[in-house]
Amino acid sequence: MTSVDTERALRLTVNGVPREATVPVRRLLSDALRHDLGLTGTHVGCEHGVCGACTVLVDGEPVRSCLVLAVQVDGAAVTTVEGLVRDDGRGGQVLHPVQEAFRECHALQCGFCTPGFLVTIAAGLEGRDAAEEITEEEVDDLVGGNLCRCTGYANIKKAVRHAAATMRDAR
Amino acid sequence: MKPAPFRYADPRSVGEVLEVLAAEEGAKVLAGGQSLLPLLSMRLAAPAVLVDLNRVPGLDAVEVDGEGVRVGALVRHAGLLGDHDAARVQPLLARATANVAHPAIRNRGTTVGSIAHADPAGEMTSVLALTGGSVTVASPSGERAVGWRDLFVGPLETSLPGAAVVTSAFFPALPPRSGTAFAEVARRKGDYAVCGAGVVVTLDEDRRVAAVRASYMSVGLVPEVHDLTESVAGSPVEKADWAAAGALARTLVEPDGDLHASADYRRLLVGVLTERTLADAAAEAAAKVTGE
Amino acid sequence: MTTKLFGEPVRRREDARLITGRGRYLDDIGTGALAAAFVRSPHAHARITDIDVDAALDVEGLVAVYTYEDLTGPLAEPLPVLIPHPQLHAPRTGYPLANGEVNHVGEPVVMVVATDRYVAEDAAERIVVSYEELPAVVGVDAARAAGSCVHEEIPDNVAARHHQETGDVEPALAAAPHRLSFTQYVERSACMPLEGKGVHARWDADDHSLRVHTSTQASTSVRAAIAAKLQLSLDEVEVIAPDVGGGFGVKIVHPWPEELLVPMAAIALGREVKWTEDRREHFISSAHERQQRQEIGVGFDDDGRITALDVHIWHDNGAYTPYGIIVPIVTATQLVGPYVIPVYRVVVESVYTNTVIVTPYRGAGRPQGCFAMERTMDRIADVLGLDRAVVRERNLIQPAQFPYDHHLTFQDGRPVIYDSGDYPGLLAKLKALVGWDGVDALRDDAEARGKLLGVGMAMYVEGTGPGPYEGGHVQVLGSGKVLVATGLTTQGQGHETSFAQIVASELGVPIEDVEVTTGDTRRFPYAVGTFASRAAVMSGNAIALAARGVREKALRIAADVLEADPGDLEIDHGVVQVRGTPGASIPLRTVAVLSNPLRYAFDEAAKQATQFAVQASNDKPPVTPGDAPGLEHRDYYSPIRSTFASGAHAAIVEIDPATWEIDVVNYAVVHDCGNVVNPMIVEGQVHGGVAQGVGGALYERMAYDADGQLQNASFMDFLMPYASEVPDIVIDHQQTPSPLNPLGIKGAGEAGVIPGSAALASAIEDAVGRRITSMPISPTELYDLVRSPDAERTAASARRTGVRA
Repeated sequence: MTSVDTERALRLTVNGVPREATVPVRRLLSDALRHDLGLTGTHVGCEHGVCGACTVLVDGEPVRSCLVLAVQVDGAAVTTVEGLVRDDGRGGQVLHPVQEAFRECHALQCGFCTPGFLVTIAAGLEGRDAAEEITEEEVDDLVGGNLCRCTGYANIKKAVRHAAATMRDAR
Repeated sequence: MKPAPFRYADPRSVGEVLEVLAAEEGAKVLAGGQSLLPLLSMRLAAPAVLVDLNRVPGLDAVEVDGEGVRVGALVRHAGLLGDHDAARVQPLLARATANVAHPAIRNRGTTVGSIAHADPAGEMTSVLALTGGSVTVASPSGERAVGWRDLFVGPLETSLPGAAVVTSAFFPALPPRSGTAFAEVARRKGDYAVCGAGVVVTLDEDRRVAAVRASYMSVGLVPEVHDLTESVAGSPVEKADWAAAGALARTLVEPDGDLHASADYRRLLVGVLTERTLADAAAEAAAKVTGE
Repeated sequence: MTTKLFGEPVRRREDARLITGRGRYLDDIGTGALAAAFVRSPHAHARITDIDVDAALDVEGLVAVYTYEDLTGPLAEPLPVLIPHPQLHAPRTGYPLANGEVNHVGEPVVMVVATDRYVAEDAAERIVVSYEELPAVVGVDAARAAGSCVHEEIPDNVAARHHQETGDVEPALAAAPHRLSFTQYVERSACMPLEGKGVHARWDADDHSLRVHTSTQASTSVRAAIAAKLQLSLDEVEVIAPDVGGGFGVKIVHPWPEELLVPMAAIALGREVKWTEDRREHFISSAHERQQRQEIGVGFDDDGRITALDVHIWHDNGAYTPYGIIVPIVTATQLVGPYVIPVYRVVVESVYTNTVIVTPYRGAGRPQGCFAMERTMDRIADVLGLDRAVVRERNLIQPAQFPYDHHLTFQDGRPVIYDSGDYPGLLAKLKALVGWDGVDALRDDAEARGKLLGVGMAMYVEGTGPGPYEGGHVQVLGSGKVLVATGLTTQGQGHETSFAQIVASELGVPIEDVEVTTGDTRRFPYAVGTFASRAAVMSGNAIALAARGVREKALRIAADVLEADPGDLEIDHGVVQVRGTPGASIPLRTVAVLSNPLRYAFDEAAKQATQFAVQASNDKPPVTPGDAPGLEHRDYYSPIRSTFASGAHAAIVEIDPATWEIDVVNYAVVHDCGNVVNPMIVEGQVHGGVAQGVGGALYERMAYDADGQLQNASFMDFLMPYASEVPDIVIDHQQTPSPLNPLGIKGAGEAGVIPGSAALASAIEDAVGRRITSMPISPTELYDLVRSPDAERTAASARRTGVRA
């Protein structure tokens, strides 16, 4: 008989690191990342799936972490904003091109929505052919599902173009 | 905004899903969760047990043949949107899923889940109706197909008994010499439509209009299909008066008003979207006839 | 000077942590803290007859439950009226927890503290509060009709009658060659930062000290309020605004009930307690803004010059008036904009409704004032058959007229005297930027595509940087690091960067050596707060003055060492040197070491300042009388009055005459905020402001039903724009420095939002030829308007179609 539980032990990979936690089954993934695993880079803006601030990558795909239960990602690989930086091969870390672009293009102000944008855009840019020049339609799609109250989005779109160009040059 | 306590099961077969549903009072099925989780967090829903389908093998397939497209209960909107075979056999699927919310929601939300949620604002409920589709329902008494008309009984309400789960949805193939179109007016891109329309136009071999059907989103309590053929029947496709079809559609619908649109405005949009989508769908159908 | 960074688009220093997930927002603090949740009123107006907490008591993990009965001393008194005003004759504020009566949905009634937020909500859900419902007053017209009242002792619902006049308006109106009178409305919206409010408190019983983190725009005043309400000495309380996820005004209000209750519980329980506001709470228990009814009478001559303006505003202040009547005063005094208004009378009646309180939201009454004035300009143009830009041009204050005295009293109690500006310059730039004179061709082109095209414009003047003061502290350490602190807070405006630019420029040090702290009462205890586009003006200038003080002291000490005249010294790249004499130099960090005579050499640098290392005169004490150890300086900037920024926006819209969808195809901004510290940041502020302006004009409204229930308390139904709804913006700049402050700067934070509704209403009206008298407007409302037999047709549209209205 299938077990019906109030609490579950989870094993998952977060930003490449195996993690374990025991959580009540009702724990939202957003809360588990923030409060059980201490990864507070993922932010919670609405808890009903509209703002996108809590977006993380589950097995590489952007999802709203407030609309997923932590128990559902048992065994999965989760990437949060903390996991976007890369090893530079010399013991240090380098920013993802989209992180660089956000800084260069002033694509953030208060920074609260930023992690959701960053992981969504990073996944989107990595999932496309970097050799192709990015279209405005692609840019609109990549930024269109997240709310930002500070920037008016102009510089976020600029950052997407900038990051795409960087990734194109870096091929 | 945190869910009330519930218990959780993630069975590994449809049989086990049904067992838990039968054994537990107040159990609810969880698939993509993109509609259910907000309701839980707002404590507008508080099921005693959530039965998660996500670990049931075999429910994530899109099966396409000449008859139509069968979409498994765990197929995400994004998966269906990117399925070119499905789009070829029934173009409304990709056209509609492209309008479902935003990509991150489409990555998680399931087509079948949104049908089982029975939201009259949802794209896929409307497409199921428009294509004359059905769902396969598994229950302790076995599997059966339920046609869309019998499925939807009210807003957010289906005819399914408690101990039952929808394992797939079937969308019949687009008939020959037919074209489709889908359009929405939404307040913000990605929002539920203020009004949406999906249409199918079928021509005869002489490029005359043989059948016109339309289904709308956010209009009425349950998805409906409106036969608009009489307004344009027999017209050569280039001369068909799609405005007349739009005008007929306006008389057939009974929209309600809400925060974002008055009933009158919705009725207006039904007319406009009908006229516009029919023109597009007819052009598509005409191109097929010409190509035959 | 190579370290001159003032005016450069320096990339932001705060971004390094914010783009890597290392920001520290309120809910990121206090792992393991207990969580608070609230039982809030489900009714707009009711008496509480009973609170039954019994069912909550067996929730595992419940720690404490508080009701009004548990509040003692000053906590049991009403919350403060933060900004009293003589014309606020009937101020009312709520209690931290409702005392027998609730006046809006969302008012806090019970606080629950539990092991985590899930459990706290479980317990809160089980608490049964019984109410006796009272009639609800919803909307400005219902309040005005006073069929029922919000507060029993205020039967007319009027909290304040604010009145200013610059002459005898009635005869002036009577004598005017043309007169118009009309009524219009602006709806409610809200700041809606992506991060809600939040409070974390930690009580150290051994140290008898309280540390509070709160997502606020005013940490020093929160500190004072907590000390007063919890009866603690000020020195026992420290308040820190951590990274704050947007404010836009809502976080200037304080103390929010939670800012008192969470520390109260932390002290009572001896445990860390945290409250993180959720989105639904933010909708129903924070603050809204904007709703007004405006009755306008205007007299003007044949050329469209205004001779008299008479405005009566009914302002919805919600259930309480904790922030006084700042918003309606700002409307009343900023309404006149860039125009000469020979005789002006304004009466504001600020009325109670059973809805969430109204306090400043970016723009803070200015968008409404701009809407009143600019729509008046449009009507005058329409009546006289004149170009809307021409009418504006004829009424503008001319550059030679500065300083220009409007003979009004501003929100800071100071006169409305414009310090500088070039309004004809703004208008000329705007017309060029948007292609104002070529719009007819665009109109024809759109018509050929089946669209209705319209253009509109709006101008504004914004009083920024009001006092009373801000301060800055600059300290050079022996390591060469420069610590900068100011008391006001940051919510994304990039202060860490712009203030560092100011210090780097003033002091001649690399910006990398400068570290800025804001909003931490441990670092700078005197401050007012971040509001009214004042941070750069106020703290920017205070920090500049503090840096100049440090520079002066550094030069004095260095002059001693280098045996030079301080006037011959300069600081560049952190090195003090004799101008034109290579080699005669001393690093600033060494000056810092020398500035603090030491006995103990705790590190290598310190050794240089010890008593046997320094050649000193035996005739003088190591620290000269009147001097102080350390290379640091604290200074304050307190302006005589506000400085007035200005701007002009234009919008071109295309409307689908079948669906009445409104597409903003061009949005042009000309902006003047005086000298600019960082143009990249200013442009970002404009972008964000415009997005909120467009949101407020076309998408956002707080939809209350007649019972006072907020119908759209979610991001599903409160339509904050996504990227897809915000138009591309073109910007041109003008700089008329302020003569009032050392840096010549004016505030930039709010400008972008102010003219949005006015410009878009003008454009939509131009496109459809029907008078727009209420904003925001949605497609469904536009459809209602164009088919309504009562809708007024504009004379311009009648002229265009050759039909007389």
